[in-house]
Amino acid sequence: MATPIGFDARAWRPPPLVTSPLLRWGIGLGFALYLTVAVGTLEINWARVWEGLDRGWAFVLAFTEPDFTSRWRDISQGLLESLTMTVVSTVVGIAISIPIALGAARNLAPLPIYLLCRGIVAVSRSFQEVIIAIFFVAMFGFGPFAGFLTLSFATIGFLAKLLAEDIEDIERGQAEAVRATGASWLQWLVYGIQPQVMPRLIGLSLYRLDINFRESAVVGIVGAGGIGATLNTAFDRYEFDTAAAILLIIIGIVMAAEYSSSMIRARIQ
Amino acid sequence: MPLITRDDRMIWRRRATGRDLAVWAGWLVGTAIFVWSWQVISENTIWFFVSDSPRVAADIGSRMVPPAWDYLPALWKPLWDTINIATLGTLLALVMAVPVAFMAARNTTPSVLFLRPLALLIIVSSRSINSLIWALLLVAIAGPGVFAGIIAIALRSIGFVAKLLYEAIEEIDPLQVEAVRATGASEGQIISYAIVPQVMPAFAGISVFRWDINIRESTVLGLVGAGGIGLELQASLNVLAWPRVTVILLAIFATVLISEWVSARIRHAVI
Repeated sequence: MATPIGFDARAWRPPPLVTSPLLRWGIGLGFALYLTVAVGTLEINWARVWEGLDRGWAFVLAFTEPDFTSRWRDISQGLLESLTMTVVSTVVGIAISIPIALGAARNLAPLPIYLLCRGIVAVSRSFQEVIIAIFFVAMFGFGPFAGFLTLSFATIGFLAKLLAEDIEDIERGQAEAVRATGASWLQWLVYGIQPQVMPRLIGLSLYRLDINFRESAVVGIVGAGGIGATLNTAFDRYEFDTAAAILLIIIGIVMAAEYSSSMIRARIQ
Repeated sequence: MPLITRDDRMIWRRRATGRDLAVWAGWLVGTAIFVWSWQVISENTIWFFVSDSPRVAADIGSRMVPPAWDYLPALWKPLWDTINIATLGTLLALVMAVPVAFMAARNTTPSVLFLRPLALLIIVSSRSINSLIWALLLVAIAGPGVFAGIIAIALRSIGFVAKLLYEAIEEIDPLQVEAVRATGASEGQIISYAIVPQVMPAFAGISVFRWDINIRESTVLGLVGAGGIGLELQASLNVLAWPRVTVILLAIFATVLISEWVSARIRHAVI
């Protein structure tokens, strides 16, 4: 093959992500401008950060000798609360979100119910768990009950939305075949739809169990029970070795949960 | 197909007897765990406060309206800080996540034995700790302020971005890599001409997605002192200034909605 005249192989450039040069330069320039303004208006006390480096290093060192024993009573209590909160809120959250998911699937529910259920999902999804936890702590007092309510509430938005989307994607033929046998509405639901969405429901529930445990470590910071409160106290006392122990426990449990849930999901799907 | 014979008639069953028993045993154990967990929670709850909650809720609700709208101008600076925490934190995370992702992907890692487990460990530890806990830690180390927030967001996002990116890298079309390699390209050239163009759309999508999540998360970082609008929320809650809390929550809600809209638009344009 003859090389075309005037073609310099080294001058070739891969095509850019944004084709219009004006837009490309505009985005680049706008971003650079934003960065300079943003960095310029940051108020960072560099002296304080510099002082903190020693403490940061102390924290890193604490990971090499985490202290599980001296505050074991607090840690185990917090952990017990976190785990029980996780279990109860996941179960309750799933139980509530299944009917809401049925209502939020357009192929099952009439329009008014659909809008109502989608509204519930939107409200549950739009606020951070911590903010909801603050309100529940104010209403129900300190302790794991507020945390349990927070996590259940957050579970509803997550699970109902994803399950509803899965129900909307089902194979219509199977559901129709069950209906053609003269099945009642409930039978139609149990034999025509439930088997199709069950693997996804189990997968999502396991995933949510995992998320709820992670979140249960956070809601404790605002007083809603769980390991977060213990962790917060450890940081307030600058007991980095205890904090390191708690963080290691959290990482370990999350890893174990992720591993076992991926095993279960691989078996059912 | 599990069939049982009873009185000389074949009856269809969904599961065989052994599996049926196993399922029931599973339900029994699950229910027992649930009930026991509920008891633990119940023991640690002061039920008087719970029974009192409707009154408290009505009280808080009545205090929250009307919103103190004249407080809104004081929120622009914290909101700006919040957006900066999210954006700069995401940028920092992207810079750090890219090498981690390339180390974690099976087809690009320099060493499956040493670097890949290390990269996976980084991803797991970053992902399993919430940004609020990272913030708690960094406030204890580096003092309260925006800096702790930015680093907290960055540390939390590394795992998320790196995980999704390395999965994208593992799913690329190997033929393109081979084609570029056949031209005699070096390893660096293979990455920039065969791998990067394939994962670029995914990368852009992941970045914007994470930025959107980070906007949400940075609104509450102030609760532990890491800057942004959460600081104002904490201050207002501490003095029980409920009308101000309403304004702050509405401001957070609006910011989250706008960032969600922006991210949806960008993702739509890129993918």
